[in-house]
Amino acid sequence: MRQFTPKDNVQKKAYFTDRFRIQPSIPKHKVETNETFQKQLEALKAYVEPLDTYIEANQWVIWIKPEENKQTLEAMKAIGYENLSELSAVDFIAQKQGFEVFYQLLSMCHHTRARVKCFVPQNETLQSVESVYKSANWAEREMYDMFGILIENHPYMKRILMPDDWHGHPLLKTYPLLGDEAAQWYEIDTLFGKEYRDVVGPEQRDPARVDLEDTTNFVRIRHEVPKGASYANTPIEQEYQEEEGVFGVKKVRKAQTKTLKERR
Amino acid sequence: MENQIPNRLEPFFENIAFERDDNRMVINMGPQHPSAHGQLRLILELDGERVAKVVPCVGYMHRGMEKMAENMIYNEFIPTTDRMDYVAASSNNYGFALVVEKLIDIKVPRRAEIIRMMLLELNRISSHLLWLATHALDVGAMTIFLYAFREREYVLDLIEDYCGARLTHSSIRIGGVPLDLPTGWTKQLEAFCEKFPKDIDDYEGLLTKNRIWKMRLEGVGVVTAEQAKSWGCTGVILRGSGIEWDLRKEEPYALYDEVDFDVPVAKAGDSYARYLLYMEEMRQSVRILKQLIRLYEESEPGIIADVPRYISAPKEQIMTQNYALMQHFVLVTQGMRPPKGEVYVATESPKGELGFYINSQGDPYPYRLKVRAPSFFHCGFYQEWMVGEYLADVVTIIGNSNIILGEIDR
Repeated sequence: MRQFTPKDNVQKKAYFTDRFRIQPSIPKHKVETNETFQKQLEALKAYVEPLDTYIEANQWVIWIKPEENKQTLEAMKAIGYENLSELSAVDFIAQKQGFEVFYQLLSMCHHTRARVKCFVPQNETLQSVESVYKSANWAEREMYDMFGILIENHPYMKRILMPDDWHGHPLLKTYPLLGDEAAQWYEIDTLFGKEYRDVVGPEQRDPARVDLEDTTNFVRIRHEVPKGASYANTPIEQEYQEEEGVFGVKKVRKAQTKTLKERR
Repeated sequence: MENQIPNRLEPFFENIAFERDDNRMVINMGPQHPSAHGQLRLILELDGERVAKVVPCVGYMHRGMEKMAENMIYNEFIPTTDRMDYVAASSNNYGFALVVEKLIDIKVPRRAEIIRMMLLELNRISSHLLWLATHALDVGAMTIFLYAFREREYVLDLIEDYCGARLTHSSIRIGGVPLDLPTGWTKQLEAFCEKFPKDIDDYEGLLTKNRIWKMRLEGVGVVTAEQAKSWGCTGVILRGSGIEWDLRKEEPYALYDEVDFDVPVAKAGDSYARYLLYMEEMRQSVRILKQLIRLYEESEPGIIADVPRYISAPKEQIMTQNYALMQHFVLVTQGMRPPKGEVYVATESPKGELGFYINSQGDPYPYRLKVRAPSFFHCGFYQEWMVGEYLADVVTIIGNSNIILGEIDR
């Protein structure tokens, strides 16, 4: 029977999992257990009502509605989180048809870190937070580039790492590691045109392509020959100058070399 | 040449756009530019000699490391992290090892922490030396380039003696380090620590009061504290604008709370202030290294954590005990399965705050790994940073901001 391969997540998966395996989780603590976070939560509640909030690995996690992201981050900035360290998404399209977007914040005055999270359904947009934290400018562009989450009111919503005419968003779980068809033919399509795919052919497509089977006996230095050819089984002295010598260069033999004990 | 396919590329004179209504000139700098320190392209709009608008373009070295991480077991990813900030590879190895250790919640033996810290500080020195060499070369000081590379060679020799590699170290494992220090290594390190402060004096003698150096750096690329916070600047750029924030002090990891060192801070926020900070940081690194030699001699042997569930047992156990061998086999073929959850851990790399975010669904492969590269945000800041500066000072700012394109594009 042919093996079933899921199409919604083509990333590498564990080939075997014990069916009695119990999956542990990082413990999530209530915000009440930490005095600093408790105070910050009370201050935050004056602005927005979080959907869920807890402490995970000593960092405060706040779940919000996606449409309240800018409002929440403004509030967080007012509380003392003056630095947006990172912003990105996690693809959960296969499980729940959307992305988890996180905003990783740092408060230098309170010495705490917090993560604001929201769930963005597929094909929905998100408000830009560039006006609150400037560091979101490039981070949002990267998120759009990698996941295709469109950001509204961004000053320059353009791809950042991939070329402007790239097809697809590489960090989606549906995107294969070695690229989809458009990615594999990208250079040929842009340089010559799609109609030349057949002329060039898959062998010539990739200039870095290595044919692993074109030669044989490669492990023995200077004995490598084209596949199928016969090779002499005579040992070759591995010294790096020809017998006749090179003009002005003295021949070094292995026996004559010496190793220094200390650097000079 | 009958097999040649005609290509669609047309000549495109992108360098100069003369015809503009507002009398401004658009020039293209890079991606192949000697002072771009990699593949960085800047599209500059000039108003006379001053920069009116900058659009930095990155991505020429994008290798999809985050995608690769999703398709690798945790241990497999360590050599890939080397290729991010390739002038200080161990600091990336450490950042990744630390976030996984936080995820699986284990404690690393003391000696391993000391060896890691030695590597981190050596990497900091090597990175700062490369920064000094190339930045000075960009600005016009040739001599300092040769001096700094000479001392960098000593640092690389030390690292090579430890792990066998000079550039891509892979010298740190999840749960510890692969090897103990070789015999006599601390003696060599001590000799280096004695020698190096004098060399820093030499660099400072050449540069600190040098009139040309001061003219090129003073008042150039000023960063205010507000800008630094808002644009996510970290490391020396943040400290150069008067904010005392070094993760080694503020959120101490490894044994940074046991060693004495100062965090230099400057108020001016210009390139010259940052230059002075870099020099002082190298001195502080030497100070840390000297203390680490003493700590190393007092420490117990033991370089990898004893958590057979996540990390392979020591070789002796694997070779003598059946169960350790079985666990090792599973860890090598399937990989470790950390608990479900998400963590973000930041370390102070030579460039700034290097953070790793991991979302684990309990599989041997991370469900999502995000690298917070300091240079990415520093490069994004160019859009505001360079506006109003002279065209000649663009090179100073690129060099001074210490960006590494391998880290920006990942």
